[in-house]
This record gives sequence, C-alpha cells and structure tokens, in this order.
Amino acid sequence: MSTSQASPRETTEGTVYTVTGGDWDEVVQSAAKADDERIIVNMGPQHPSTHGVLRLILEIDGETVTEARCGIGYLHTGIEKNLEYRTWTQGTTFVTRMDYLTSFFNETAYCLAVEKLLGVEDQITERAKIIRVLLMELNRMSSHLVCIATGGMELGATTIMIYGFRDREMILDIYELITGLRMNHAYIRPGGLAQDLPPGAVDQIREFVKKMKKNLPEYDKLATGNPIFKARMQDVGYLDLAGCMALGATGPILRSTGLPHDLRKSQPYCDYETYDFDIPTADTCDSYGRFLIRLEEMRQSLRIVEQCLDRLQPGPVMVADKKIAWPAQLALGPDGLGNSLDHIKQIMGTSMEALIHHFKLVTEGFRVPPGQAYAAVESPKGELGVHAVSDGGTRPYRVHFRDPSFTNLQAMAAMCEGGQVADVIVAVASIDPVMGGVDR
Amino acid sequence: MSDANGTNGADPEQDPGASNLPGQRGEGEEIRVQRGMFGANNGGDTSGYGGLVRSVRLPGATNRPYGGWFDEVADELEGALEEQGLLPDNAIEKTIVDRGELTFHIEREHLLRVARTLRDDPALRFELCTGVSAVHYLHDKGRELHAVYHLRSITHNRLIRLEVSAPDSDPHIPSLVPVYPTNDWHERETYDFFGIVFDGHPALTRIMMPDDWQGHPQRKDYPLGGIAVEYKGAQIPAPDQRRSYS
Amino acid sequence: MGLEEKLPSGFLLTTVEQAAGWVRKASVFPATFGLACCAIEMMTTGAGRYDLARFGMEVFRGSPRQADLMIVAGRVSQKMAPVLRQVYDQMPNPKWVISMGVCASSGGMFNNYAIVQGVDHIVPVDIYLPGCPPRPEMLMDAILKLHHKIQTSKLGVNAEEAAREAEEAALKALPTIEMKGLLR
Repeated sequence: MSTSQASPRETTEGTVYTVTGGDWDEVVQSAAKADDERIIVNMGPQHPSTHGVLRLILEIDGETVTEARCGIGYLHTGIEKNLEYRTWTQGTTFVTRMDYLTSFFNETAYCLAVEKLLGVEDQITERAKIIRVLLMELNRMSSHLVCIATGGMELGATTIMIYGFRDREMILDIYELITGLRMNHAYIRPGGLAQDLPPGAVDQIREFVKKMKKNLPEYDKLATGNPIFKARMQDVGYLDLAGCMALGATGPILRSTGLPHDLRKSQPYCDYETYDFDIPTADTCDSYGRFLIRLEEMRQSLRIVEQCLDRLQPGPVMVADKKIAWPAQLALGPDGLGNSLDHIKQIMGTSMEALIHHFKLVTEGFRVPPGQAYAAVESPKGELGVHAVSDGGTRPYRVHFRDPSFTNLQAMAAMCEGGQVADVIVAVASIDPVMGGVDR
Repeated sequence: MSDANGTNGADPEQDPGASNLPGQRGEGEEIRVQRGMFGANNGGDTSGYGGLVRSVRLPGATNRPYGGWFDEVADELEGALEEQGLLPDNAIEKTIVDRGELTFHIEREHLLRVARTLRDDPALRFELCTGVSAVHYLHDKGRELHAVYHLRSITHNRLIRLEVSAPDSDPHIPSLVPVYPTNDWHERETYDFFGIVFDGHPALTRIMMPDDWQGHPQRKDYPLGGIAVEYKGAQIPAPDQRRSYS
Repeated sequence: MGLEEKLPSGFLLTTVEQAAGWVRKASVFPATFGLACCAIEMMTTGAGRYDLARFGMEVFRGSPRQADLMIVAGRVSQKMAPVLRQVYDQMPNPKWVISMGVCASSGGMFNNYAIVQGVDHIVPVDIYLPGCPPRPEMLMDAILKLHHKIQTSKLGVNAEEAAREAEEAALKALPTIEMKGLLR
C-alpha cells in the first residue's frame, strides 16, 4: 500500500485519511502493476442484459476484458433423453421447445431426419413442402426480430425493442391462426403437416407482407445510420473467417465474414433450390455487419414468403402412406379439437380395421427401419443439424440436436477478450444465442 | 454372434442369432436381440407375445462402388492415409453407405490422424465439423459407446460421417479439439451425458449438469428420472416406467 | 416490515391493511426471472401490444433487491434451482411469486432428471399460471389476481392468524390421490 502522500488524522469517528497532492500518476502506475487488481466478474446466470440464463465469467482489468468464459447448462431440459420415451410423432412436441424462437426449424429438421430414416422423402407432398418453407421463413423473420429487438434493448434502446415486438406480434398472429399456438407449435410432423392451412390464412399473410414491407425500412431509419448504434456495434465482436471455421460458427456470424454459406443454397431441402432469393453477406466480421445481414435476410424472407403464396395449390399435406400419416383424417371436429365427426363415425361405425389401425398408430406409432440419419437446415442462427438413430422401434433410439446457438456461443471468448466490458453485451447479442437451444 | 448358421427349427432361447427366425429381416450388424413385446420384461407381458424374438440390425458394411462422390472421397482418404504410411484397412474399420449418407467407422487410435487428413487434404477439405453426438448401444458388447462426427466440406459441398466406438469398460476416445476447436463444448457435452473420456481435451469438465452430478444421464442404463403423476384417485407412473411398445 | 406489523388487532390494523394493500398492489416491481419460452411471452407482455405499463409494472428490475414480484417464467433445471432460491432470498419482504407456465408449476412435459418438478419445491408460490406458454392475456390475468391477493393480504397479528389458518387447512386437505371424481 502506498499511502505516503495520504495524511492521517484522528477524528471522533476514527482515523480519516486525506489524499491530496499531485501523486495520482504514481498511484495509477502502482495499481496497473499490481496483480491483485484483477477482478473476476460473474455476469448472470440471471441478468437483465443477457440472453436468457447465460452466465458469463469475465476477468477484467479496469474496463478491459482479459478473459471471458461462458457457464451454460442452467436451462438443460433433457429433451434428447425425453424423446427416447415417446413415439416419433410425439417427438415434434418436444423438439419445438428446444430453441423456442425457431420452433419451425427444429420441427422441420427433426421431421427431415425422420423422413430420411423412413425413406419417404420423395413422397412428401408439394403443398406440405411449400407450407414448411412458408412457415420457416416467417419464423426466420420473427427470430431475427427478437434478436434485433433484444439486442437493441441491451444497448439501452427501448424503441427498437418496441418496434421488434410489434412486428413479431403480427407474425405470431399468423402462427396462431395456422397452428393454434403462438409458440411451440408441433405443427410440422413426420410425413407432412398436422393439418392444412385454415381459411383466411393466405389473405392474412399477404396483408402481413404488405405491412412488413412498410415497417422494415423503419429499422433502417432508426438504427442503420444511427451514429450511436454504429459506434456501439462497429468493430465489436470481431471474428474472421478462420476463426469461424475453427469454432464451427455458422449463420450470420459466418456470413458476416463474406462467405455466402447457406444450406438453403448449398444443400437445398424442401425445394429451396426452386426459390429465388439472395444470400446477404458483409465483409466487416463485426456485430454491425451481422445486424445488417439479419435485416437483409428479413427482406429476402419476405420475397420467399411471397413466392410461397403464389405457388400454393390445393392438395394433400400428409404422405399418402396410411402407416405413417397421423393425424389420419386431416379434418378437425366442430369444436376445433380432435378429429372430424365423419372420421370418428367411420372408424367407430363402419370400419373395425380403421379403428384398430388408428388405435395402433396413436398409441404405438409407426416403426422406423434401423439406421441413422443426419438432416440439417439453415436456421436463423446457423446450421441446425439433427442426428437421429433408430433401432427399428416405434420410438427414437437417440436424437441429437446440433444447435447453432450452442456452437456459436463458443465464439464468445474469441469475440470479447481484449475488448471492453460494455462490448461483451453487444458481442453476445450479435451471436444471438437462445439458451433453450444451447442447453436443450 | 453366430450368423446364418441356423437350420430349421432353431431355438431362439439357445441361438438368438439364428437367421431363419421370424422377425429377423435383412442384412446388417446385430446390436441387440429383443424379446417379447410392450417392453415388459418383468413378467407383466400378458399379450401372448412374450416369446417373440427379434434381432435389431443396423446397416452393415457396404462394398464398392459406393456411388456418386462417395468413391472419390474414399479413394482420396485411403490414398492420403497410405501416403502417411498408415494402412487404410487398419484405420478404417468399415465403410457404410446408407440412406444416401457415407459413414466411415474409424479405429479410435487413428481418429486424430484421419480427421486431420480429412481437414487438410485439398481434395477432401472437410473444414467444418458439426460437433460430436454419441449413441449408447447398451447391448452391443465391446462397442457400447459410439461417438459420431459429421464433417462438412464447404469447398466441395459434401457431408460425411465418422463413427468411432469404445467399450463401456474403457470409454476413451481421442479428442478432436486439436483439429477442430469447435468440438470443445461438444466433447464436454458428450462426456457429461455419456461418460466418454476424450483424451487430449484441454478441460474435460461437465458442461450441462451441475458439477457435482452423479452419473451420465443420457446413457441407456441411466433412468429417465421422472416422477409419477398424481391425478384424482389414480397415479400414472413416470414415462420410463410405463408399459410401452418397443 | 415496519411499524405496521406491530399494530394491535382491530379497526386500526384493518384500515392500515387496506391502505397498504392498495398502495402495494399499485406498484409491483417484477424481477426479471425469464428462463425459457415463457420469458419471451413475458417480454411480449411488457412490449407494445399488451403494455404492462397499464398496471404500473413495465419496469422489470434487474436487481432482486429492488423487486417484490418474481415471475418464474419457464422450466427450472436442477442447476438453476439454487440460483433461483438465492435470488428469492435476496428480495425484500413483502414478496410474491408467480409460477408462469406448466414447467415452472409442475415440471410439465419434462418429467425427467433435469427439471425441478414444480418451482414450489424451492420457493412458495402465490399464483400458478398454466399454459405452454401462457398467452400474455393469461399472464395479465394472473397479475390481476395477484393484485387482488395483495389488496386483501393481512398484516401483523392478522397475518399470523391467516398463516395459521392456511397451514391448518393445508394439513386437513385431502391428497389428490385420495380425491374422488373425474380423473384429472
């Protein structure tokens, strides 16, 4: 302790030291030398400006982060293990809750893997594929909107958060109309979809596209040229191509390095090769570039949504194979729940075999030939891969999700070390991790 | 396992591997023999199907030609390994082509070398590893634990799978972190859930479960751990305790 | 936790109870305890369309010391449980807990090794809110019901009496398994 310049004096309250004089340079120098000035800050796991229950352990030297580590697992839900005790169809109900902001991507990836195992990829109907693409692109927008909204809020900009949630509500209304739920839909099923689009859905989506085209430029006006926004985002969270490759980062992080890698183009699924859209990239490798990419991806998603709407033709949305297709009769009952009365009448009154079949399909499920399959989709966060293993039973033997949030979050240390504490928040927000996906 | 040696009337109790039993279809590698139905093995199966014997077979090794670019990748890999003085047959246990996917089963001691070759060889160039997934084949004696890696080549737009197995008694597999740093968390996760020890990993600690957790929860011999659900006047057992089809 | 707790039973206490309840219910400060899917719906409730500001609750406090309501929004894992309890302990009295969503209330569909089967194993819960996830309207309904509860909550000796009665009622209550009626 260097207190040579501080003069003590006795008061009734005890000894008081008064530090005066121009010796502060000395004090600063000795503080900089001292090793015990190293502070370790624990951020989270419950903190207002982190994405969910993420715990950051930062070693800081003044305002500079010298080392950064993540503590995860605070939302580990055991979904992969739970899947092993449910039928393949019931699995969609679980996987949709993994990364709860990208439900349709989880469902689609899982269903693509199951369909690959079943070998029915070619039998998926045209309409089912178009609706899958439609919902995924809407989902891409709602996910990016949350990313931009919460990212803005973490910078202290409440307006952008209100904007983001305003537009997301419109998308959620569409989800609710189509699937009955605002989140966690379990709408995409192995073999197709749970049910067809309800009347009025196409009109509402067209209405939404019109509104969204008007709303999207508002983000540009509010944020893109905003000097404070740029000052906070530019050159923050830097990760170049080599870093992305080594750390396995995909999605907007990879595209912000200038590499236009997108599974929708390189390994198309659900007929993405027939849609007309661009892969936006940036060459800045930073948070600002990722923000711009997300904005542009929303515009491209709108394009794809419009193409989907133009293509929609009436037709079945489930495979014709009755051994897989469940719900067996794609018509809802008058109460909006359960199967249609006609179907119940048929299975209860006229066809014993149909009743047995329905009972077997619902309680036992379909058998999937043994083997393993890997299916990947381009989720808003990157490559979402599903490794599904079947042992020939009616339930998965093992399903593993390679969630992009999990992999991308590893890049946190590389992005934050050497930067400022305040930049950690920006960097993490630009990764856009969702802890439900990270921990599963 | 005895394969294809059964005569008519093989006794499933004596010779579960006999190939002429009903419920045994196709070729492939047997990983388990299943008895009865409804998953009940404590005498609760009153369905009359208790004597049913069914063998579970995963797709077996494929012979050349594999088709498409698979042959090219296999040739390049074998050539590159030979150049390094490693006999491909020693490193690659078998090659499987199934459902349009190429899988190399790699001997675990050569995994690191194979992965490095796959990444660095310009004709292979699998620069992106999508992490490791593990599968616990509880009844496949001697090779219970499988680690499965999916490698993606952005340069050539290809995807392959590497599979490595280890016995439960010696759950060691070399770490791929030196080649693919992205596997850091993935290997920690796999260690956490399956107890596979990745030798050479910089800090192999638990990642998902609390640090003081006992056991590795996603192994097949670890119970799901649910509780019974109570309703008015009735109780439904935890999901893993229920009667089920299997 | 001050003078009002020491008032004698009677007219004065009930008057203070009403006044305190009215004041307390009008300025509830929720702590952010967003865990999973429900947290997104909780944020939506705070955003434009549903506008929690109408109930004077739009300011979510990051620090538990400044909060008196914990909305446990989402599944609570075994690893998160001690953290949750610590945050609860750090909140000053009086404090309330809303268990938002089935996962927080009972473990929900995740009946497995990783998830705490109901957050009431860790902290006392005032309002259980079902749904997966509950709609923002449902959360607001829960909040209004909590407001009613806060308005009618007791102080001092009356609070002790109420606690005793609640405990007696709980001890007498029939376990679910012994109840008769529809299987639910």
